[in-house]
Amino acid sequence: MSLARPVGSDHQLARLLQIGIVLEEVVEARAAKHVEVAEADLDPEVRAFLEGAAEESADHRARLETLIAELDVDTVAFEEIEPLVAERYEADTDFDGVLYDQLCNEETAYKFYDDLIEAIGTSEVTFGVDREHLLAVLEAIREEEAAGVERVTELMEDRT
Amino acid sequence: MNTADQYLKAIYLVQEAENGPASTGAIADRLDVSPASANEMIGKLEAQDLAEHEKYKGVDLTDEGIHRAREALQTYCIIERFLVDVLEVEDYQGEARQLESVIDETVAERLDTIIDRRPQCPDCFDPDTDVCEFLEVPVTADD
Repeated sequence: MSLARPVGSDHQLARLLQIGIVLEEVVEARAAKHVEVAEADLDPEVRAFLEGAAEESADHRARLETLIAELDVDTVAFEEIEPLVAERYEADTDFDGVLYDQLCNEETAYKFYDDLIEAIGTSEVTFGVDREHLLAVLEAIREEEAAGVERVTELMEDRT
Repeated sequence: MNTADQYLKAIYLVQEAENGPASTGAIADRLDVSPASANEMIGKLEAQDLAEHEKYKGVDLTDEGIHRAREALQTYCIIERFLVDVLEVEDYQGEARQLESVIDETVAERLDTIIDRRPQCPDCFDPDTDVCEFLEVPVTADD
């Protein structure tokens, strides 16, 4: 009865990895924007956290891009996605508070990788990239997102 | 989006299209599952007070069922629009249907921060064409 669909092809896997790249870019762009906008008022500890979060997201993106490069599929180049993220950041007013926003980012990324790992786990397809390597990369990124959730939660608790 | 939410969305859309209760057959067709599978899930939704099933008449969603169905439909709309506007995917409907079980509501909310969705969403979703009536698909869109 379940409508859950396992990842069924290299194309679909590449698409999901591409979505992961966009999520990382959102984290990176928003963290950079927070630093830029709140420049004068930013607590040094929060600033350091945001800069670290942006660096970590850039690293995750690079790892996902390496995986996509191993799959024999066409994807939209990251250079085309980046300006879209930056352009539309300005219009967003849904999330209040720098740390809360980063908490949402980290939790969302964790949930995404967790669901992706589960979907890959239920798939019987032989991908164009080594399955063990693929899962190892995604699991490592997921753990870093979990650590990010912990870090930002601690920062928020310190400030209440 | 979990299986229950996919069913709620399907029932909601069938009800919208038929302007009345949704038949089990129409729900099964929409989800490409067997009528027996649809019946089983409808029973579970009834047990959670999300739907009411009257034999020979069809399925009606409760207020809570409608609320959850509309949230699920919004998530689906975000996925479709994201595929068109950001990734320029030509077969955005086929891919959205493949992705909806993997893309969680919270993930969709983040993707929503970089797309331009109408405030009346999901009322602008057309159940017959399975797409937002305001979604502009570029002629040159290429996957």
